[in-house]
Amino acid sequence: MAEIAIKHKDDVLIEELGYDDHFHDHHHGDKYQSNFITHYIFSQDHKVIGKQFLITGIFWGIIGAAMSVIFRLQLGFPEDSIAWLQPFLGKWITINSEGIGSLNADFYYALVTMHGTILVFFVLTAGLSGTFSNILIPLQCGARDMASPLLNMFSYWFFFLAGAVMFASLFLSTGPFSGGWTAYPPLSILPQASSGSGAGMTLWALSLVFFVVSVLLGGINYITTVLNLRTKGMGMWRLPLTIWAFFITAIIALLSFPVLVSAFLLTICDRELGTSFFLSDIYIAGEALERVGGSPILFQHLFWFLGHPEVYIIILPAMGIVSEVLSVHSRKPIFGYKAMVFSILAIAFLSFIVWAHHMFMSGVNPFISNFFVVFTLIIAVPSAVKVFNWITTLYGGNIRFNSASLFGIGFVSMFISGGLTGIFLGNSAIDIQMHDTYFVVAHFHIVMGIAAFFGMFAGIYHWFPKMYGRFMNETLGKLHFWGTLVSAYAIFWPMHYMGIAGVPRRYYSFETFDAFSHFDDLNKFITIFAILSFALQLLFVVNFFYSIWKGKKMTTRNPWGANTLEWTTPINTGHGNWPGKIPTVQRWAYDYGKDGIEFTTQITPLREGEEEVH
Amino acid sequence: MTGLIIVLCVLMIGVIIVQVGRVSELAGRIRGNEEIQRDNNNMNGIISLVFMVVFLISTIVSAWYYKNSMLGYGPHESASLHGSTLDYIFNVTLFFTAIVFFITHIALFWFAYKYRGQKGRKAIFLSHDNRLELIWTIIPAVVMTFLVVGGLDAWNEVMADVGEGEEHIEIEATGMQFAWMMRYPGEDGLLGRKDYTLINSTNPLGMDWTDTKNHDDWVSTAAGEILKLPVGKKVRVRITSRDVLHNFDLPHFRVKMDAVPGLPTYFVFTPSMTTEEYRQNLGALKKNGEPKYPEWWEPSDPDEPDGPKRWEAFMFELACAELCGNGHYSMRRVVDIVSQEEFDMWAAGLQGYYDTTIKGTEEDPFNTSGGLSGLN
Ligand code: HEM
Ligand SMILES: [Cu+2]
Ligand SMILES: [Cu+2]
Repeated sequence: MAEIAIKHKDDVLIEELGYDDHFHDHHHGDKYQSNFITHYIFSQDHKVIGKQFLITGIFWGIIGAAMSVIFRLQLGFPEDSIAWLQPFLGKWITINSEGIGSLNADFYYALVTMHGTILVFFVLTAGLSGTFSNILIPLQCGARDMASPLLNMFSYWFFFLAGAVMFASLFLSTGPFSGGWTAYPPLSILPQASSGSGAGMTLWALSLVFFVVSVLLGGINYITTVLNLRTKGMGMWRLPLTIWAFFITAIIALLSFPVLVSAFLLTICDRELGTSFFLSDIYIAGEALERVGGSPILFQHLFWFLGHPEVYIIILPAMGIVSEVLSVHSRKPIFGYKAMVFSILAIAFLSFIVWAHHMFMSGVNPFISNFFVVFTLIIAVPSAVKVFNWITTLYGGNIRFNSASLFGIGFVSMFISGGLTGIFLGNSAIDIQMHDTYFVVAHFHIVMGIAAFFGMFAGIYHWFPKMYGRFMNETLGKLHFWGTLVSAYAIFWPMHYMGIAGVPRRYYSFETFDAFSHFDDLNKFITIFAILSFALQLLFVVNFFYSIWKGKKMTTRNPWGANTLEWTTPINTGHGNWPGKIPTVQRWAYDYGKDGIEFTTQITPLREGEEEVH
Repeated sequence: MTGLIIVLCVLMIGVIIVQVGRVSELAGRIRGNEEIQRDNNNMNGIISLVFMVVFLISTIVSAWYYKNSMLGYGPHESASLHGSTLDYIFNVTLFFTAIVFFITHIALFWFAYKYRGQKGRKAIFLSHDNRLELIWTIIPAVVMTFLVVGGLDAWNEVMADVGEGEEHIEIEATGMQFAWMMRYPGEDGLLGRKDYTLINSTNPLGMDWTDTKNHDDWVSTAAGEILKLPVGKKVRVRITSRDVLHNFDLPHFRVKMDAVPGLPTYFVFTPSMTTEEYRQNLGALKKNGEPKYPEWWEPSDPDEPDGPKRWEAFMFELACAELCGNGHYSMRRVVDIVSQEEFDMWAAGLQGYYDTTIKGTEEDPFNTSGGLSGLN
């Protein structure tokens, strides 16, 4: 079509200014695409690997969300029968003498645990950072592929393996692990304490060790690629914020995930070899264990040394995506680019010295908490800067509303709502009352769960054309956005009230306590919106797969009028990304509306007399 | 059957929605994308604005609606001295965060609406503004400093252990799957030594009977037994666990601390209200004689409409707030705060566990009447 007849102006620029790495002289580019298996399954192409992460993430997202619907049914409608779930859940549904079926308590806790683990690690870490780091880092840096496509392929397959092991654990006769996604010992170590702490915990820990391998292989690659494979002219200060976010995320992951493995190794030693790293003075099942000298609190230190950075591993990529999406669609540069980069750096650094804010009430010396309170509340400052900068990015724009930009705006709202409750929790004095209540549940679901999902959706709607050469359906996308925004707030906002009323989290039933049993209506309300929200996500899934094959075709390369390099590749981007030379970069990524020109791509040289801004 | 119908309905709705999506896309092809995009911008700009208004109003209305159910509000004053300080800090934080919440949300959705893409509009080029950015770095920093200083001041006071020689009662809570076991020190005011290897069915806490301080200690393992404490007196709770982690949670007193096997923790608090006083608050009447909090005037047992009202039946509760297994949600005990006199009378009636259960049995190391000695 037009592409072939007249040469695209981007191609002209690339040919004129690009860098010739003789890529296609070697033909190694196409070697990987020779057959179905090497192209779609054991692919080493970063774009295909990214899609593999995404689709596997969607698979796990559906499973994790379905689990939450099941346990929400138990919480919202404890008196109604869920015997109809028996064909799926078998013995995990107990039917009482009146014929009312309810969820078995052990299985309730197993579902909560699996839900947390799956969403935190498989969906919001692998599905989010795995997907977009893979797809965007080489494309936006101007590289042919990742530094090591082979390790990159292994990264996906270790993730797959982790998923397979976790999936298998769902079918154990003793049930999957049920001690919470934080897996605090001694509960997680002693099979006598909980049926899920038997084989379920063994598989859980094994799965997560594989998962960490995946994260590390991916992370090493992301870092190396960003540092070494940027194209000519792409200085660090010209990187789009997406890449900054993925880059810093990978560094955090590389520094913190190994500590999680060490915690798991010690846990496994305690379980299998009779050591006592985390055990002391325990009498259980009629027996005083000969295990002394360990400390359960040590595990919590190790866990949260990963756990807190982990929440930023989840949110930073979403922040990067949203920065890019909001800027592109409001047709304005991101406001305060440098401040955005510095705040990512500040958040990343601080995220390593705040972990004990999860442990204020765990028995650590209260004096130590003073430091953690101070560092924790300092994080609010760079976070606030980011929020103000996003809002100012919209100011004076010419905003194109579509599913991507809407999810970007929704992200900012969620991040504000959930970040502000962090200020309560980070203040240890208030945390005495709020710790382990529904207030915490509300906080982290809004600021991490929903916000990260919104960032992910923004990214999917925005880069879908780049991934599949087609658009997702916009009408369904907008319905998905508004419906999810409303139901997410309807689910999680009221949980603050339950938390302030003192209702503890992880309660199978609220009826035992007079103080916690006044929220029946609220719990029903929440469950109904949880079901609605689940249905809306299925709508998204339908839209996603329908659009892969039937969506509206992309007819121009750069449908959003964006500046970054990925939109200078052909519509059907082959292996190696650019058919000829690699583009070189002439300016930063955010020249939107500069000198009255709507957008100026990064490969366009400075006009005469033009100065580069930052 | 109903299940099938529901599934079918859901599927139908899904299909209809997908069809609507397809049709609107076809319409887009006919009308031209730019025009469609502008319509979209207008519509979503307006929805943004509507959402903002509805959302902000619902936050206020719902908070107002639930205010009397939340601790710290309505009838739910803190029942401990330090608790009121914590509630105050909570409210100060709420004040500042609410301001930020409203300003940022209004700006976010208002800008979205105001700057929705329109024909002929050009986005301004605004890449940064150092002065503005400095301002909104400094303001949060100052507010944070203020909150941190207030918070830490309270924290260090609340978490401080009892001072040397300071008058207080010390009691002990031991978590197990799935109950709280309590121990009161008896006349000597001292809790005796424990060792987990001594635990067995007659000695659930593993008390060392060679330590005579143990002999007058009252042990309460039955979940139905009420725990009394005197109002206005400092209580130090020694918190331990004999199996997995638990958390000693007294929500009305703003008390919460993990119970860790092998590592005793503590929490010090002073009850500031008796149960009776707290009930009076709940059942208070307005000037015109109507109940101030009608929900507390409902019968506490719905099957017994003439039985005690909810406020009359109110009791402080002890819960577990750290996941400890499948019975985590059921570790309830009842706490009753009474006057000093009533407490003294009650305490005088408590019998040492040693006296009631151990003395003269095989377990008793002081058992001189022959037989085996527990200590050999
Ligand atoms: C303004 C910044 C924030 C502050 C001051 C803050 C503070 C806290 C504190 C103190 C807790 C522990 C509460 C407790 O267990 O008692 C907590 C929990 C949590 N926060 Fe945040 N937070 C902030 C932002 C975030 C962000 C950005 C995320 C994720 C993207 C996040 C994710 C979480 C998660 C997942 C938990 C709960 C983990 C669990 O116990 O299962 N927070 N936060
Ligand atoms: Cu944290
Ligand atoms: Cu518990």
